[in-house]
Amino acid sequence: MSEDDLTGESRPYLLRGVRLKHDQVRKCWVLLAPERFLRLNGISVDILQRCDGGAPLARIVDDLAEKYQADRAVVERDVRALLVGLYDKRMLGL
Amino acid sequence: MKPLPPPTGMLAELTYRCPLSCPYCSNPLEMAGRDAEMSTQEWKRIFSQAAEIGVLHAHLSGGEPASRRDLLELTAHAAQVGLYTNLITSGVGLTKKLFDDLVAAGLDHVQLSIQDAEPESADAIGGYRGGFAKKLEVAQWVAETGMPLTVNAVIHRLNISRAAEMVDFAVRLGARRIEIAHTQYYGWALRNRAHLMPTRAQSEKAYAEVEARRALYKGRIVIDHVAPDYHAKYPKACMSGWGRLTFNVTPTGKVLPCHAAETIPNLEFWNTREKSLADCWSDSPGFNAFRGTEWMKEPCRSCERKNEDFGGCRCQALALAGDAAATDPICSKSPLHHLIGEIAARDSSEKGGDFTPRRMAAAKALTDV
Repeated sequence: MSEDDLTGESRPYLLRGVRLKHDQVRKCWVLLAPERFLRLNGISVDILQRCDGGAPLARIVDDLAEKYQADRAVVERDVRALLVGLYDKRMLGL
Repeated sequence: MKPLPPPTGMLAELTYRCPLSCPYCSNPLEMAGRDAEMSTQEWKRIFSQAAEIGVLHAHLSGGEPASRRDLLELTAHAAQVGLYTNLITSGVGLTKKLFDDLVAAGLDHVQLSIQDAEPESADAIGGYRGGFAKKLEVAQWVAETGMPLTVNAVIHRLNISRAAEMVDFAVRLGARRIEIAHTQYYGWALRNRAHLMPTRAQSEKAYAEVEARRALYKGRIVIDHVAPDYHAKYPKACMSGWGRLTFNVTPTGKVLPCHAAETIPNLEFWNTREKSLADCWSDSPGFNAFRGTEWMKEPCRSCERKNEDFGGCRCQALALAGDAAATDPICSKSPLHHLIGEIAARDSSEKGGDFTPRRMAAAKALTDV
């Protein structure tokens, strides 16, 4: 997928079999998927917790820009980079 | 020494019983039968302990895990204690009812083996008539639920001309992921090497064709491609390092760094029937023998790749160099590397076909399968 396929209207969600878990042993959040896991930093967790298939990308970005009091364009770039990567790994649906 | 990080994955070999008899099976040549297998309660205790020490993925494997009558109970328990559950199956032995119950119990992912993209050849390789058709059925069940499906295909001389076709086939089955694994020569595959080894030209052609599918199917299927060892320049990072991330539990409860670790003589591995899983993982002498890089000899010791491929595979070093602490001869820096080319050339020119099918001891097979 190219970044252009991901629009403000896209409603991202984690595919079945891909899920967030707070790992009590490592004291961090991880994303579990077939044969893979990713350690997540705070902002990645915030992004993925909002990817529920209902919220459009534009609203997710607005929400995070407000929460982090950050430049919307910078937030949008981070969100897109994470989501495009997960889409290509077959972990994310739109 | 740095504290040992928690393990991320456990391969639970629930049983060695299997209706198929693939000649490249990674199980050992001598396999314990049903009578020696761990009980339901013993396995449940291990899954609980695994979750406690930080294991994330539980791979329910075998043999064929559906040969265990308590597969549902074990899967449900593994899911309940928070493990990501992956069923590694041939598909044979699964019924729709059992599959639906496994899904309801929290099964996360199915990894389905295929032996070839063509039914006749597939059933001949697996030694089970009707196996191919059964796999199509199981893939359909998985696809209908929307849960992730991985197709696993082991590549060797008998199917190598269709390696890339198997990727196409997996896409048609609705798989999200495919493992194209060029045969690794351990267990039954090592015994049958002369019947399985492709030529270098065949390997290179198949490898390139599969790689070309990556761009074609980007965003549709993830391709995990295990390179052909004997035609490589550097060794694989076997198990991502000995005792570094994952472990196997055998049907009788022994905890090992990999399938073949017991082929190395004089290594002491512990059993979960006698010790906790945490102790088996962190303190057993066999695990600690090849952790880190201290055990390495030259040329590994001074090699810039030593933290990348960990000296390759210990079991292969033993099998081919006669010394488990030697550099894996697959590495072009090994003084014995020339042997690899010689073995590959010799074995790939054998007539082939008369492989030894994977079997438990004959008497056992009648009573156990």
